[in-house]
Amino acid sequence: MLSFDVIFPAVLGGVLIGTAASVLLLFNGRIMGVCGILNDAMGSHQNKNSWTWLFLAGLLMGPLVSDAFFGTSVPVFEDRSLLVTVLGGLLVGFGTSLGSGCTSGHGVCGIGRMSKRSIVSVMTFMFSAVVTVYIIRHLGA
Amino acid sequence: MKNNTVALLVGLVFSVGLAQSEMINPDRVLGFLDIFGDWDPALMFVLGGAVMVTVVTFHFILGRQHPLFDKQFYLPAKELLDRDLIVGAICFGVGWGLYGYCPGPALAALAYFEPDTIVFVIAVIIGTLAARKWQHFSN
Repeated sequence: MLSFDVIFPAVLGGVLIGTAASVLLLFNGRIMGVCGILNDAMGSHQNKNSWTWLFLAGLLMGPLVSDAFFGTSVPVFEDRSLLVTVLGGLLVGFGTSLGSGCTSGHGVCGIGRMSKRSIVSVMTFMFSAVVTVYIIRHLGA
Repeated sequence: MKNNTVALLVGLVFSVGLAQSEMINPDRVLGFLDIFGDWDPALMFVLGGAVMVTVVTFHFILGRQHPLFDKQFYLPAKELLDRDLIVGAICFGVGWGLYGYCPGPALAALAYFEPDTIVFVIAVIIGTLAARKWQHFSN
């Protein structure tokens, strides 16, 4: 189960993500939290927040660049029902906005800063996500 | 201008990392969250790899007076735990466990123009706006 082929791309991807977060903090002084950036991009201070749109443009180009040059391909995954898609999206948007962060903001950056709020947030959303998957897959909800 | 170029490159590198580590495939994410089933540990190494870098670099970066291209660091002001942090994290976890996408991979996957992803991202945006309204009225 735990072979080099499994671990290498995961660690490589993680190091790229951590490096991106480090560069944004070192040069621009900003936290690389995707939901915070999305929030600011939709906010009212457009002239101050132009960088958020460029970050999002880079985010959109990533999968295409990776597929073209670094050997990945379009992900193939099971169809989800419309209910799961809409409910999942609503909860992700509502929860990350109310809780001021997601996997990148609280996870990658918040733990990097040793923030108490972020460590509690990550433990909480990991727990509720594991419980959700358990209920769906093993209790047949 | 310099800041915008950095932001574009950072978004790109982050997103290539998401594609390389297959965080962009929600089935892999659900496989990781399914610790009582046929557990797929790969994504633990993604978060582990990323945090391994940030724990070291952030320590040195935040020891500086200011970032290279700006006068100040923009860090979250809140330090104490509160109800919104916990309720928000619980809601986010349920949504993540339902579909398998958190905001970063969902936005990156828009590049593939899959109708499901587009619907998911629209729902994320509506949820974000709803949380703003909620906070506006509850405070």
